[in-house]
Amino acid sequence: MSNNIYLKKGLNIPINGTAAQNTKKVIVPDVVAVKPTDFRGLVPKLLVREGDKVLAGSPVLADKMSQNILFTSPVSGTVAEVVRGEKRKLLEVRIKADAAQEYVDFGPKDVTKMNAEQIKEAILASGLWPSLVQRPYGIIANPEIRPKAIFVSAFNTAPLAANPEYALKDDLNHIQTAINALGKLTDGGVHFSLNEENYSGTPFHRIENVIQHTFSGKHPAGNVGVQIHHISPIKKGETVWTVSLLMLAAIGKLFNTGKYDVSRKIAVTGPMAEGPAYVTGYPGIAIKDLKDFFNPSLDLRFISGDVLTGTNIGRDGYLGFYDNQVTILEEGNKYELLGWAKPFRPKLFSTSRTYFSWLTPNKKYDMDTNLHGGPRAFVVNDVYGKVLPMDLYPVYLLKACLAGDIDKMEKFGIYEVLEEDLALCEYVDPSKIYIQQIITDGISLMLKEMC
Amino acid sequence: MNGLRNFVDKIKPTFEKGGKLGFLHSTFDAFETFLFVPNTVTRKGAHVRDCVDLKRVMIMVVIALVPAMLFGIWNVGYQHKLAFGLTDWNFWNIVLYGLVKVLPLYLVSYLVGLGIEFVSAQIQGHEVNEGYLVSGMLIPLIVPVDVPLWMLAIAVAFAVIIGKEVFGGTGMNIWNPALLTRAFLFFSYPSKMSGSTVWTGGVERFMNEGVAFQAGNGLVDGFSGATPLADPTLANLQPKLMDMILGTIPGSVGETSVIAILLGAIILIGTGVASWKIMFSSVLGGLAIGYLGYAVGATDLPGYYQLVMGGFLFGTVFMATDPVTSAQTECGKWIYGFLVGALAVTVRLWNPGYPEGMMLAILLMNTFAPLIDHYVIEGSIKRRAKKVKIA
Repeated sequence: MSNNIYLKKGLNIPINGTAAQNTKKVIVPDVVAVKPTDFRGLVPKLLVREGDKVLAGSPVLADKMSQNILFTSPVSGTVAEVVRGEKRKLLEVRIKADAAQEYVDFGPKDVTKMNAEQIKEAILASGLWPSLVQRPYGIIANPEIRPKAIFVSAFNTAPLAANPEYALKDDLNHIQTAINALGKLTDGGVHFSLNEENYSGTPFHRIENVIQHTFSGKHPAGNVGVQIHHISPIKKGETVWTVSLLMLAAIGKLFNTGKYDVSRKIAVTGPMAEGPAYVTGYPGIAIKDLKDFFNPSLDLRFISGDVLTGTNIGRDGYLGFYDNQVTILEEGNKYELLGWAKPFRPKLFSTSRTYFSWLTPNKKYDMDTNLHGGPRAFVVNDVYGKVLPMDLYPVYLLKACLAGDIDKMEKFGIYEVLEEDLALCEYVDPSKIYIQQIITDGISLMLKEMC
Repeated sequence: MNGLRNFVDKIKPTFEKGGKLGFLHSTFDAFETFLFVPNTVTRKGAHVRDCVDLKRVMIMVVIALVPAMLFGIWNVGYQHKLAFGLTDWNFWNIVLYGLVKVLPLYLVSYLVGLGIEFVSAQIQGHEVNEGYLVSGMLIPLIVPVDVPLWMLAIAVAFAVIIGKEVFGGTGMNIWNPALLTRAFLFFSYPSKMSGSTVWTGGVERFMNEGVAFQAGNGLVDGFSGATPLADPTLANLQPKLMDMILGTIPGSVGETSVIAILLGAIILIGTGVASWKIMFSSVLGGLAIGYLGYAVGATDLPGYYQLVMGGFLFGTVFMATDPVTSAQTECGKWIYGFLVGALAVTVRLWNPGYPEGMMLAILLMNTFAPLIDHYVIEGSIKRRAKKVKIA
């Protein structure tokens, strides 16, 4: 491809535990959770009570701000428990699943004969609307507006991410249906970014009715935010939507079969995952259901998502709505004598040449969650730009966020980034600053001030 | 090793908030994290982290300074030997004298500087930053060896308190603390910082009090003690060029040897700790103005002499590249470095009051680095906005 966008900057973190491409088991869900905390800024409204019967696709929550956005149950069963945290904040709605799945029948539809309004209504009613994420800010798309364009990244460069060619190999026609449907919601078309290195190897290059782009490079080349930055940067006042392949498959299934079927292949990965492989399950399944993948006597961290951007859900946690990956790490709560002063630390990886892991470029590491230092002010200034393939000044953006200076945040590109795009900056930071949290706080401030 | 860990765990509660020695919390923490990489785990954001931390970065700079320091210790003794005609001194006599003169400088630098760092970390309630490990290593290398220790102590205190802590500590300061120490000495006690007699250990004392480390025959006939900058003419310096590269000349403790400094530069560039762009462009700037001065007749020295004289190279490699006070943008680094080199040589050639300009050039460019960055970023944002509009 001649118009390939090659991203020089980035980093593939060499971590052990890639999932083997086989499906080890099919999880029969016991208790699943619908978690309003998966969605940024959501104020949920509870639509069910404990003891209510629900089907797969029955509404459980609604968005208090625009009540036609529904969140539905992934399985059929009984509402077992509503979990609240501080100030009665709604954390989880737990549903005890039935042995056999029953679905709400939305009826198969032919998207070619539907107009934008009908498509919107169908997606909203099914509970799949939250699949559409709006940029700037990474919030659930507002159904009232028509976005500039819709962006899809057809490859994932995140550490140990599920392989879309394997995980979605049976869903090609569903994805095509979803693209056809979503194409009617925008005038800017659906931009579809493929990995140049695997262009002919992936079935996704056959997807039609899209504007194709190809990217090559290390992580975060597969992040949709980085791709938007290079295809058509978001200016003030513009809105675009993004959606993942995984959610496209679910939307396609809705139109083709009439069911809210969010079952998915989930990659169980990470250095502490025993025999990392795929399982078939649902969003909201419990970590307990993965018990054959880890040694329960160890002190482990369970992440819904990847090691850079995922959520620590704990041993009793539930998989997030958008995720098809679980990463299992060992907690690094151990001291290391004179660690920083040792000439060699062969078990640890560093991008810095002050260590010697650059001499073994193909080695993979059993990483743990140790911070490897203490928090400091920004000192070293050239490490962040090397892993951020965007024409931005990350330290200046972060300092603007810290200062809460909205003008500067706009200027330095707050509209174009989400936490995930700067996750690598956080990874390499020798000052051990919680960079993603700073971006989260910055976006919260923008949402508060601009809405 | 477990024994040590158990001991630290045992005494830890004493130093925690509410403990008997709670007021020493930051100090204890500094020593503990020095010994052990802490057991802290990531709380949010990226769950795994690179194993590099600031301690590692800083220790690399310290290691890079070791050749200059070792050579400096030797050279202090060697210059003393030359000045007093101590022909019977062997290598160990020379090194011993160097140690006697240089170690106290290090003691004062670290005791005063780290002491203030510990206290202010405790007051502000944060961890002790390792930035002073480098500043403390640098300071003795950029002062004349005979500087009185009490002066050094005051200068260090000034630099750390006014130059760094009032801005919020390492990472927030505007000027390089080590250079600020030197500037304080330079403007407060000029008689101890310039002239021809301050650069050789023991000479001042001998001239004032008639006492020397080893009496010998007094100063040798024809002792000058002047650095190359005192009389920068081709006739004077051409025979000394090899000495200037080796570093066997009078000068501030660590600045004389081109070879030792280049060893440090290789370490800094190889590990990626300091910016090669700043070093390279500073050399370019120095050469450019050096040859310009040569062309217009301001000096009869070819431009490359400017690199090997005085503190040019030391400043370029170790001081201008300080990541906190230099320009932060990659393009800004080129401009910043070039101006450092150019200004330093400009001061040398066209300002009769100051034979050396490196310190002032770096401090001035530290001041303007944020401005350079500002324009680089504004320019980049405007260019991008234009590109987006066309697309």
